[in-house]
Amino acid sequence: MAKLIIEAGQARKHYWRDLWRYRELFYFLAWRDLLVRYRQTAIGLTWAILRPLLTMIVLTVIFGRVAKLTVPGVPQPILVLAGMLPWQFFSNSLSDSSNSLVANANLISKIYFPRLVVPTSSLLVNLVDFFISFVMLLVLFVWYHYPLTWHFLFLPPLVVLGFLAALGPGLFITALNVKYRDFKYVIPFIVQFGLLVSPVGFSSSLVTERWGVLCRLLYSLNPVVGVIDGFRWAICPKEPFYWPGFVVSLAVIGLMLAYGLNYFRRMERAFADII
Amino acid sequence: MSDTVISVDQLCKSYWIKHQLQSGRKQGQQYERFSEVLTRAISAPFRRRKAEEVAASREEFWALKDVSFEVKRGDVLGVIGRNGAGKSTLLKVLSRITEPTTGRVEIDGRVASLLEVGTGFHPELTGRENVFLNGAILGMSRMEIKRKFDEIVAFAEVEKFLDTPVKRYSSGMYVRLAFSVAAHLEPEILIVDEVLAVGDAQFQKKCLGKMRDVSRNDGRTIIFVSHNLHVVQSLCSKGVLLAGGAVQALGPTSEVIAGYLKSLQSGFKIGVEHRQDRQGAGDIQFTEIEMLDQYGHRIENAISGQQLTLRLHYRTKADQPYRNCRVSVSAHANGVVYFLLSTELVRSDELVLQGRGHLDCIVPELPLSRGEYYLNPFVESNKVVQDLVEGAGQLSVVDGDFYGHGRNYPPGWEGIGVLVRHDWKW
Repeated sequence: MAKLIIEAGQARKHYWRDLWRYRELFYFLAWRDLLVRYRQTAIGLTWAILRPLLTMIVLTVIFGRVAKLTVPGVPQPILVLAGMLPWQFFSNSLSDSSNSLVANANLISKIYFPRLVVPTSSLLVNLVDFFISFVMLLVLFVWYHYPLTWHFLFLPPLVVLGFLAALGPGLFITALNVKYRDFKYVIPFIVQFGLLVSPVGFSSSLVTERWGVLCRLLYSLNPVVGVIDGFRWAICPKEPFYWPGFVVSLAVIGLMLAYGLNYFRRMERAFADII
Repeated sequence: MSDTVISVDQLCKSYWIKHQLQSGRKQGQQYERFSEVLTRAISAPFRRRKAEEVAASREEFWALKDVSFEVKRGDVLGVIGRNGAGKSTLLKVLSRITEPTTGRVEIDGRVASLLEVGTGFHPELTGRENVFLNGAILGMSRMEIKRKFDEIVAFAEVEKFLDTPVKRYSSGMYVRLAFSVAAHLEPEILIVDEVLAVGDAQFQKKCLGKMRDVSRNDGRTIIFVSHNLHVVQSLCSKGVLLAGGAVQALGPTSEVIAGYLKSLQSGFKIGVEHRQDRQGAGDIQFTEIEMLDQYGHRIENAISGQQLTLRLHYRTKADQPYRNCRVSVSAHANGVVYFLLSTELVRSDELVLQGRGHLDCIVPELPLSRGEYYLNPFVESNKVVQDLVEGAGQLSVVDGDFYGHGRNYPPGWEGIGVLVRHDWKW
């Protein structure tokens, strides 16, 4: 085995190898969070289904009846769920990963492991929630006899994209949260605000109709837009895929991820000292 | 492959200590608020904080200064020193939890560190689940944990409660299970902080036995921190004494321990008032310990069997009464407590401390034989520990006449045990 060298400010050469060695920890931490969430609850795992189900019903009513989001030929709940699934995944991931380091402060200050494991594994938990909601979507497909298309095959990469879209800002905020605890008050605000400026309750093509193409491109700077548009396209393909917007979102996601990761790694060394 | 598994070279670690200059920060708030940074930036956007201002608001504290040593394969290294000497910081650097400021460490082999028993245990999870979780956090793979699962459970003696959430465990069971997981790691290098201070005596023995086996039979290297000098003496082959972040002594365990005891006594010369390595909230602090004879004269040496008065001078931070105080002083030698003199043992009325003053503790017949002892004064107020200074005073006892006929302990028995008034009949 190679010698381990500990030095000040050294670029961690073995960083990714270490991360690979601790790969099981991703799973174990996610497993712990899932177990703990439903421990000592009256209806246990039913919550995992009930929570997204209730949110879906509420949002269907609000966005369908009140905001009049309708596309001819697409059942309302499917339309809503297509936007809601990625949004829920994104927003929950963002808030969970942002609080993850502080919530695991006792681990950080007593044991070495790549710190990146903590926020990432909190995303894994949300992935599980996402799959449960996704099964609900499939049930709706059967219920409404709505046809599946080959676009469905693009869902897995879109899920990965949603994961990365949440990871970038998540890493940045969790690192900030270690130093400045008041960032935890910022998250709910971002999430609420984000719901309104993301195409959850309406279609992005509405932006093009009202304000033109340039606005649509600007709108796509919101990384969630690309993910949600992608989901809509894969689940209920009524409109052609809007490539320019997607590329913009993709670039923003990439930039945020690079910046978040870089910031996290820079701050990581001092976590144990300031947490 | 070389025989040196750990080499530490001129290791330094500094922390910045913030003083509470910033207005509006609540006492006890450790971290900086983003809103504070923001208000600072808004209220004076173009003013860079002056260097003096920054320097005044924070102070550099060197937790480790130029620490260098080497550990060979199969060594058991004991790290000793007073509180605040840098032991824990050293272990944190070695186990990669925190980065050094300067210097270099080379480690050859897989390291596992146990700085706290049961880190990562989740109270809601069962014993079984926690074994897997804790194992993974400590760096074991799932297969490895599965393979050793039965062994871990048997060692911890918790078979019956495997499917009970650990929040329902007794603290003893909790500690046993936690230690057991760590003990079954198979690292080449094991770093252990004062974790055996918890748990019952029998289990402590078992743990020590396990650690001894690990080092002797498997040739593993252990770095061990403890305040229990007996344990260090019996377990460790080499010792390092840290003081103020620097290496004070390095070598065979018994020599290092002797050096430590000496340094505890020389701490007396520093003066209690200026000692930095104290524990407690610090609202009440000891400033001096005096020894007086039965006539109230100051003495350097106490006489066995004679009256001794220990005068503890104190000072309170704020000029307000601190209620429900408890003051005690204990006498130690060779890591053993000889006796505890505590206000609550003999007085039932309330003790209130305010401002400056002193308390006298009168021992009518000093039950100690000839030798060097050191004193640990302690004070708490409303159950909050205010001050504890280890080795704050040296108590040199010379031969006296405890038994009233001029005879003393036989040679070789000096400084061992307390003197007990007794009689024989035949």
